[in-house]
Amino acid sequence: MPSTFDTVAGIIAETCDIPRDKITPESHAINDLGIDSLDFLDVAFAIDKAFGIKMPLEEWTQEVNDGKVSSDQYFVLQHLSENIDALVAAKAA
Amino acid sequence: MRLEYFQMVDRVSALDPEARTISADCTVPEASPVFEGHFPGYPILPGVLMIETMAQTGGWLVMGLLRFTRMAFLAQVKEAKMRAFVAPGQVLRTEARLLHDGSGYAVAAGRILSDGKPVAEAEITYRVMAFPNETLRQELINMARRVSMPAELFDARSDND
Repeated sequence: MPSTFDTVAGIIAETCDIPRDKITPESHAINDLGIDSLDFLDVAFAIDKAFGIKMPLEEWTQEVNDGKVSSDQYFVLQHLSENIDALVAAKAA
Repeated sequence: MRLEYFQMVDRVSALDPEARTISADCTVPEASPVFEGHFPGYPILPGVLMIETMAQTGGWLVMGLLRFTRMAFLAQVKEAKMRAFVAPGQVLRTEARLLHDGSGYAVAAGRILSDGKPVAEAEITYRVMAFPNETLRQELINMARRVSMPAELFDARSDND
């Protein structure tokens, strides 16, 4: 079974036409991979479908815009994957 | 349909909040300046207006499910197919099904039928966000009434504003 990161990386590679080998756990989806907000909607849709969740993007974005957290917290793929795992676990609980 | 005003949906015939589906009636006008250019001597409904019609149908669905607390803005169109020409006076039925209710976005599958046959289809993504102002929200609620959106889907607050 692929890891959450592998699944997310595969989604980004396919959705945003980014070579898979350029996508690492340390990649920042926006700053490093250049994914814009429209493409990120596609990524979010695919992630939501793949994991059966609803990523709280608005809440995350608000927290970043309010300066409460760094965007790294949500958009570095390792952290994004951890957040996805937490959402999946919360749904299963 | 009032093409020049981008009012594509005439009447919402059904909206099922449980199934997250909507259907609507749209009759292409017999005459419109649009047909003077598209095309001279051979008037047909432009494909972009078919897409707009599907987008508006899905938009009513998204806003209705949210009880007009938020606005759905067209963000993306995928897999759009125009399968048949649509002539002035043609009676259309539009349908949309919500595929996903995301955080700040929604995705719907839309299609247009004529005499039960598919005319167009597309997957449409919306950005879902707060209304930019109350004027727009009220205008859309007024329009929703005109197109027979189920009244129970209006936010109760809107009736008292």
